[in-house]
Amino acid sequence: MSGTTKENQKTETTGESPGWRGVAAENQDELSERASFLLRARSRRLLAELLRPYRREIAVLVAVIVVCNGASLAIPFLVKVGIDSGIPPMTSGQGPGTLVTVVMAVLVAAALQAATRQVFLRRSGRIGQDVLLELRRRVFAHFQRLSLSFHEDYTSGRVVSRLTSDIDAIYEMLESGFDGLVTAVLTLTGTAVLLLVLDVRLGLVALLPLPVLLLFTRWFRRQSSIAYRRTRETVALLIVHFVESMAGVRAVQAFRREPRNQEIFGRLNVDYRDANIQGMRLISIFAPVVKLIGNVTIAAILLYGGWLALGGHVTVGVLAAFLLYLRQFYEPMQEISQFYNAFQSAGAALEKLSGVLEERPDVAEPRDPVPLVRPRGGVRFEAVEFSYLDGTPVLPRMDLTIPAGQSVALVGTTGAGKTTLAKLVARFYDPVAGRVLLDGVDLRDLDDETLRAAVVLVTQENFLFTGSVADNIRFGRPEASTAEVVEAAKAVGAHGFVSALADGYDTQVGKHGGRLSAGQRQLVAFARAFLADPAVLILDEATSSLDVPGERLVQRAMRTILADRTALIIAHRLSTVEIADRVLVMEGGEIVEDGPPDRLVRDAGRFADLHRAWRESVSDLPGRLPG
Amino acid sequence: MPPDTVASARESGTTRSPLPHPRRARISSLWRLRPYLRPYTTRLIVIWLAALAGVGIGIVIPLIGREVIDGPVASGETGALLPLFLLALALGAGEALLVLLRRWMLGEAVLGVETSIRDDLYAHLQRLPMGFHGSWQSGQLLSRATTDLSAIRRFLGFGMLFLVLISVQIVTVTGLLLNMYWPLGLLVAASALPIALISLRFERGYVDASRRVQDQQGDLATLVEESAAGIRTIKAFGRGPYVGGVFGDAALKIYRTAMEKVGLSSRFFTFLEVVPNVTLAVVLLTGALAVGTGALTLGTMVAFTTLMLQLVWPISALGFILVMGQEAMTAADRVMEVLDTEPAIVGGTDAVERPRGHLRFEGVGFTFPGADRPVLRDVWLDVRPGETVAVVGATGSGKTTLTSLVPRLHDVTEGRVTLDGHDVRDLSLTALRTMVATAFEEPTLFSMSVRENLTLGRHDATEEEMAAAVEIAQAGFVHDLPWGLETRIGEQGMSLSGGQRQRLALARAVLARPKVLVLDDTLSALDVETEALVEEALRRVLRDATGIVVAHRASTVLLADRVALLLDGTITHVGPHHELMATVPEYRELLSAALDEPLDEQEALL
Repeated sequence: MSGTTKENQKTETTGESPGWRGVAAENQDELSERASFLLRARSRRLLAELLRPYRREIAVLVAVIVVCNGASLAIPFLVKVGIDSGIPPMTSGQGPGTLVTVVMAVLVAAALQAATRQVFLRRSGRIGQDVLLELRRRVFAHFQRLSLSFHEDYTSGRVVSRLTSDIDAIYEMLESGFDGLVTAVLTLTGTAVLLLVLDVRLGLVALLPLPVLLLFTRWFRRQSSIAYRRTRETVALLIVHFVESMAGVRAVQAFRREPRNQEIFGRLNVDYRDANIQGMRLISIFAPVVKLIGNVTIAAILLYGGWLALGGHVTVGVLAAFLLYLRQFYEPMQEISQFYNAFQSAGAALEKLSGVLEERPDVAEPRDPVPLVRPRGGVRFEAVEFSYLDGTPVLPRMDLTIPAGQSVALVGTTGAGKTTLAKLVARFYDPVAGRVLLDGVDLRDLDDETLRAAVVLVTQENFLFTGSVADNIRFGRPEASTAEVVEAAKAVGAHGFVSALADGYDTQVGKHGGRLSAGQRQLVAFARAFLADPAVLILDEATSSLDVPGERLVQRAMRTILADRTALIIAHRLSTVEIADRVLVMEGGEIVEDGPPDRLVRDAGRFADLHRAWRESVSDLPGRLPG
Repeated sequence: MPPDTVASARESGTTRSPLPHPRRARISSLWRLRPYLRPYTTRLIVIWLAALAGVGIGIVIPLIGREVIDGPVASGETGALLPLFLLALALGAGEALLVLLRRWMLGEAVLGVETSIRDDLYAHLQRLPMGFHGSWQSGQLLSRATTDLSAIRRFLGFGMLFLVLISVQIVTVTGLLLNMYWPLGLLVAASALPIALISLRFERGYVDASRRVQDQQGDLATLVEESAAGIRTIKAFGRGPYVGGVFGDAALKIYRTAMEKVGLSSRFFTFLEVVPNVTLAVVLLTGALAVGTGALTLGTMVAFTTLMLQLVWPISALGFILVMGQEAMTAADRVMEVLDTEPAIVGGTDAVERPRGHLRFEGVGFTFPGADRPVLRDVWLDVRPGETVAVVGATGSGKTTLTSLVPRLHDVTEGRVTLDGHDVRDLSLTALRTMVATAFEEPTLFSMSVRENLTLGRHDATEEEMAAAVEIAQAGFVHDLPWGLETRIGEQGMSLSGGQRQRLALARAVLARPKVLVLDDTLSALDVETEALVEEALRRVLRDATGIVVAHRASTVLLADRVALLLDGTITHVGPHHELMATVPEYRELLSAALDEPLDEQEALL
């Protein structure tokens, strides 16, 4: 929960890779000029890519908003015309003709403005939501594609923060910023042109501070991008802690961890607040400075314009118009600074999201996948070597052939490499050297769908999703009918307990399956794997939480389950092992014994010892009773 | 995320969390947050004054322009130009300064408010019992602590101030207009009527939609959280695209509701711009008639329309700010729903003077809220200090529930659990949970260092004590980790094997040095050799502590002095293992080592 150790480790492992690629820059808020430039370019690219499908529509919208602003500016003008040239004819008895025309014109302008405004709000709103939907889907799918090694480092809290808080930041910009920005930019350029047309000298004086303003904005943008990057990062840490401590709330309460958690959360909360305050402070400086520049310009125009008017170089009307428009010129700047908050925040969020999208899965999809029509389930290891990131070899060199249909039990002490072997067959990782083959095809040449249909790994984690028992079993094959779901449950011996539940198969399993016992979860997970009907089934300690009758049921079921498929079974309870055709005893990443269980027991080797120890542990010899 | 997850998630979100009565007391939720503003009262006053003064200066600056034109330019006095210039400069600087002051102070105040609400929310969530956490989706809680609080912050920091300033502006201008020429003023005032009516109608629809969006965002966050936490399972089945589809559907749902909001607000915003414009046209027409009849001078007419134009912007801005306010209100509703949930489990005041660890279940029954059948009924069990009792029962028979009643992760619904003669409900939670430590079957590790995970229950443990606990749990592997005890283990400890995780959880429970040690099938993932070593070491620990051991296997049962058999939610037999083995067929059925025999019989039958 406290992130310090992790960060240290992270910088050490990623020390040599460029510091801004992918998610590497997530923990840094002050970046080198170049890295920062590259990050911005990357998020701009993402934004451009997201907006590309709408570029025509956006062009139309800009035209629409021009018309809208034109209509809205025309109204005060028309009112003036009405008063100046509509009322005098009436008082002089010439009838209301002109006035009525002007009033009609006002109404037309109002209608035009309303119509264009409506179109703009709707269309821009839809584009915004489309972009958001696309971004959500894309980032989610990408997270799903990334390898386990990425997820192990990244934590689910971060995934959640990217897909909630970062997306929210972009949503906020789309909701409040787009409209304001377009209008402000239009007013700005329109007024600038108008000022120059009215009087070049005064116009130039009025626009003189503009370069200063631009330089200042640049400074502000740089500073605030640091602040907002920090905001994104601190909120991610906050969410990570929140998600994790809520998921583990049982242990938190049981071990009275609440005060310490409160302390940690409080600190993260304050960090997040401080990052926000930093951003707000920058805006608190930016906004009044813009205001100051505007006000100073107004004062300067008063002086210079007044002096010019005194000398008769400009008319009073022009001076009056200048003062009026100048206010209008600097007002949108204020508005921009108002929305700048949302923009910067969204910019930082885009940086993070584009970083995630840039990550490539370690376990990559093949470019030209080899089709595998009817997988039979023959597995081969050819000179496979494997080591985890830190470099310690787990499998020095492994050659192994498992013919299709064989049930193989993997036996050995913790750390012998059994799970690694299983994970290599399921391609959770790729070997460092050599290759793993399924029916003669390198796993790296199979696309994910083909591979997962052929190979299923059941671990002791048994993650269940929110939903009903049936939903969770059906996860193995989403298109399965209810009858098939029940069939699968029956096959693994889960039907009994499921039908005894209050709502049977429709019983909600609760958060992370919390309403079922560990053993029940394991049975559901087992049924799920059975329903998936893979050619190769890997069971990694998949029955450890079952009680004896439960295990007995599973044992019984196992013969049918394993009949026509290849199986790799890892179990400490050797009861499971006894039904295997072949036992592999592993030690230090190597296979030290290999043969059918009966023979190994007779051979009096490692397996025979293990077997004896196990027999003793499950027996109830009176001699082992205390007292 | 099985097919119906989204629907069921919504359903559970709506049925189990106390859903708000849509329109009841909404403003009051936001209003009830006002104590959080109290520490900032002085600042807020300064902020408001600064804002008002800023508006004042904003009005004065254009007046100087008039002075320049009417004064120096008209009369040709160059000398008067400079003082007016300086005045404009001073006022301009003053205005900027006021903006700085207002923004600087407001930012800190509002963020302070947000931070303390979040702190309180978190503290409250930690107090709420397992019953609550089991039924509320994690994403719903998270979205309340993040998204909703920022909506509230945005309104307090920006919307509220502007709402008042704009209202003041609208009322003042309307007042001035009435004062100038009341018949036309009345006309302008009357235009407020359709605005108010439409606003109310809009509000009704919009509040509903924004509440739905917020709820749907919570559901989406839940999906994301599960898809990340369950990534191994998803990968194992290659269900990435499928889960992506479920997520896509949920995102589409948000999309649709958000589009509803876009439709509603685009109509409302447009309407807010149309009304002043149409009123302007009507004023122009009737005003001209009034000028024609001589009831109104042309000058007043000009002044009137000029002033009226100043109403257009505030009225249209009103829409945006109302939207902000409504979102803040629904957000406050959602936050208050959590804060209003009373913790069902609160500690008593008793403390045990000299804890011995005498644990008794007296006629204990337990029914999950909303369930029609009890999980446990009429459970009687007396565990003497220092004694160890194994609880044996079929999968799902309520063993874990029984053990969770001791540290009050759940509360009994009938009877009572006593510890050294005190009802556990009378003990302070700290005292109780210091006496009881549980090693859960699912170890619940956190992504922090091994050391922090170990010392979860005891901060002040010494190195020796830690080494001893690690030794007992056969968790020596921690020393081989890259950074030893300082190694940060991955989320949920997933970088470790199941057996390693269980051993860490065991070491953690042992390190807490409890009077009552609960082992909830803690050794299930260990291999036989390690299990034997752990059991050997545990015997020593269990000599000094009262022990409850949930077990599936004879080897573990042998840790205990006596065994309690849990059948159909109640304890039917208590006695030594061999006795139960000999006399109780149900017990034999549960623990018989002879796994292969029935299997062979089965085959013989086939």
